[in-house]
Amino acid sequence: MAQKTKRAMTGAECSAEAMRQVNPDVVAAYPITPQTDIMHAFAQFVADGTVDTDLITVESEHSAMSACVGAGAAGARTMTATSANGLALMWEIIYVASGLRIPMVMNVVNRALSGPINIHCDHSDSMGCRDSGWIQLYSENGEEAYENTLMAVKISEHPDVLLPVMVCQDGFITSHCVETAETIDDETIKNFIGTYNPHYPLLDVDKPVTYGALDLFDYYFEHKRQQLLAIENSKPVIKKVFEEFGKISGKNYDFFESYMLEDAERVIFCSNSSAGSARVVVDELRAKGEKVGLLKMRVFRPWLNEMVVEKLKNAKAVAVLDRSASFGAIGGPLFMEVRSSFHESAHKPSIINYIYGLGGRELDLDQIRKVFSELEDVKNGNTGELLKYLGVRE
Amino acid sequence: MSKDIFEIRFHGRGGQGAKTAAALLAEAAMEQGKYVQSFPEYGAERQGAPVKAFTRISDKKIYSHAGVTNPNVVVVVDQTLIKSIPVTEGLDDDGLLIVNTTQSVDEIRKIIGFNGKIVVIDAIKIALEELGKAVTNTTMLGTIEKVTNIVNYDKLKENLFNHFVHELGQDIATKNVNCFVRAYNETKA
Repeated sequence: MAQKTKRAMTGAECSAEAMRQVNPDVVAAYPITPQTDIMHAFAQFVADGTVDTDLITVESEHSAMSACVGAGAAGARTMTATSANGLALMWEIIYVASGLRIPMVMNVVNRALSGPINIHCDHSDSMGCRDSGWIQLYSENGEEAYENTLMAVKISEHPDVLLPVMVCQDGFITSHCVETAETIDDETIKNFIGTYNPHYPLLDVDKPVTYGALDLFDYYFEHKRQQLLAIENSKPVIKKVFEEFGKISGKNYDFFESYMLEDAERVIFCSNSSAGSARVVVDELRAKGEKVGLLKMRVFRPWLNEMVVEKLKNAKAVAVLDRSASFGAIGGPLFMEVRSSFHESAHKPSIINYIYGLGGRELDLDQIRKVFSELEDVKNGNTGELLKYLGVRE
Repeated sequence: MSKDIFEIRFHGRGGQGAKTAAALLAEAAMEQGKYVQSFPEYGAERQGAPVKAFTRISDKKIYSHAGVTNPNVVVVVDQTLIKSIPVTEGLDDDGLLIVNTTQSVDEIRKIIGFNGKIVVIDAIKIALEELGKAVTNTTMLGTIEKVTNIVNYDKLKENLFNHFVHELGQDIATKNVNCFVRAYNETKA
């Protein structure tokens, strides 16, 4: 029986706690800014000898990801963590990790990209990795970052998947917020994670393999086609891992998680910490008899469009909240996904987009109330501008 | 906003331990079975810059990650802030303002113009006598505890000791507990 413990921890500490329980063979990370408290806490575990991990502190994030690719190819259970410009500096090797089908888990603390210089929360960093071939999980709070990190290991290493996974949480808003979080005992987690049996490890000298060979117009496309298949195959695996971990934690996990959606006419679609704040406003408006609801995104990649359509089938007006911009596009990245999910659908709610919270701009409850209020107009056929901005001075 | 959630805002300056005080209060409340949040407002981190830190305490799970805009209690850890920062912003008249100052309640009321309850404590004096330096966060916790009784007294004292003993050793931990206890006893609620 799983032993659960409630603790007061920051979101960063929650991620580090999951890493401690996973006890990875190798963690390679850049140890200073923009690194977060995740590595601070994990480095303490290494120093205290509570994990057996080889912690490789490197001179840049580019090298951190390179070392992770090397370790992963060698057959090591590999993890890392980064944030913002750190993730940006990894860019080239991010694609190498997924392209070489290296299982690994990276905690990303979502923060704005410079310039101008900003260290606060938005999702520009991980949304920039949208097409990099990584699986992406999003976390409302520290507890979810903990759970997602543990589940990510299992998803990543599954033989049908063999892809790296990014676990995202909001910079400062949850990463630095001390909050009540429930963790599960080491033994249960150890059994859940299981031992790692790497596929085609470089260090298996009896079965020599090559990673990262020259792959031109003769075979590159076939390998990319397999990679596309792998992320498609991850869908049932993710579902299964969610169910399995749900039995341990007693919670339900899904690609998209509904709150009060059954009869909701006006719905907010969002991710990470904003979902918690939106939930508070849903409760408030429901108490007044208003038919409002929330759909929270946990998995961005792979995108389960049929589930979005199913969950929003009763909605009349939907506001997609994006904490990053896609410059020159019709809207933010989440908006484009939600909107195109409905293309083949007979029933289409009116879907509008709000860009909010860039560079850590606060999303207060009044802004969320405003969205629900404006959705009333949208519901009545006055869609207005497709793309709006929340909490910005104009 | 409904007040199912008890909210405290700390105003201090970088290096005075407002963030630590907010977290210690949350941790003690959590160990009593409450749901908590504690978070600082980060600007450019440097010693002496005005900082805010927040604590939320509730019997139910806390979902909001929006900032604290309508606190039950405001704690001014550094008295020089009362003239430069609107410390009572969002604080209703049934709220509570706790100020570290050598001045009287009436004098503070005159400066701030707040109609609700004001409690003052000369935290610097206590901190200097007990700790030997003007770091007043643990002293302010004594006053907060006396006036609000928001967490169990012994639990908070124990957490406070444990926090400092790990980071700074037995001597500093004991001195901080002394600050807390003295402020608790000397606060006129």
